[in-house]
Amino acid sequence: MYGFLWRRLPGGIVVRLVVTLLLAGLAAGLLWYVVFPWLAPRVPIDQPW
Amino acid sequence: MEADSAVRAAIRLVCELGVTAGVVLLMFCAYLLWGTGSYTEEHQRVLQWQFEQEIHPNKGTRSLARTDIGPIKLGGAVALLRIPRLGSDYKFAVVEGVDAEALREGPGHYPGTAMPGEIGNFVVSGHRTTYLAPFNGIGELRQGDTIVVDTREARYTYRVIGKEVVLPTRLDVIEPVPGHPAERPTRALITLTTCNPKYSAAERLIVHGVLADREDRRA
Repeated sequence: MYGFLWRRLPGGIVVRLVVTLLLAGLAAGLLWYVVFPWLAPRVPIDQPW
Repeated sequence: MEADSAVRAAIRLVCELGVTAGVVLLMFCAYLLWGTGSYTEEHQRVLQWQFEQEIHPNKGTRSLARTDIGPIKLGGAVALLRIPRLGSDYKFAVVEGVDAEALREGPGHYPGTAMPGEIGNFVVSGHRTTYLAPFNGIGELRQGDTIVVDTREARYTYRVIGKEVVLPTRLDVIEPVPGHPAERPTRALITLTTCNPKYSAAERLIVHGVLADREDRRA
């Protein structure tokens, strides 16, 4: 999967690395600021009532 | 050969997805432990600021702040909670309600239980490990430790009288007389509840206190 994605990226190694980091950061940000805040109250850990 | 490489590709795909899922799970754990705190911190800053404004309205200006406690708006701070044993800067705005949404903002007053200083049981629930973990340290409280509760009209000082670990089904710990649902209360109590053990919700850690002092804000 990642090999396939890497081969699909344009440009040389530097451009690919930069794009990879950007995409990874985007995914991480989406998880951290959108998915996790939505998910956290639905996970039954540390629910003190 | 063709089939062989297809199998390899499939196995690789499964492995990559597995590792990705692992990384995402680790991130989620990190988020629960540290990321959730920033949400609470933000809300606590606003709640505490609003509360201080209401307690110390600017002199000379006509303040909209009421002197009586009035109807409690959900989400607004009911009281300020201080526990010196947990640090001189330990301070949390207590919100009204104990649903998931309320407890993300801070410790919550269990609706229907007594208000601070009232005869009965003032019950406050808080997270142990997530959302700034307000009640992380309440297991360290000892007999006689003070719990200070500031409301708009007075400062109430409670003294810890006991701790217990119970199953989540033991709802009688929040009764006006803990453990004796039928009895009429004669004392003003405080009860702090949180999860036990840490990182779990299998049990509840309960701290009981009794009102020791009341100091009115306006003589």
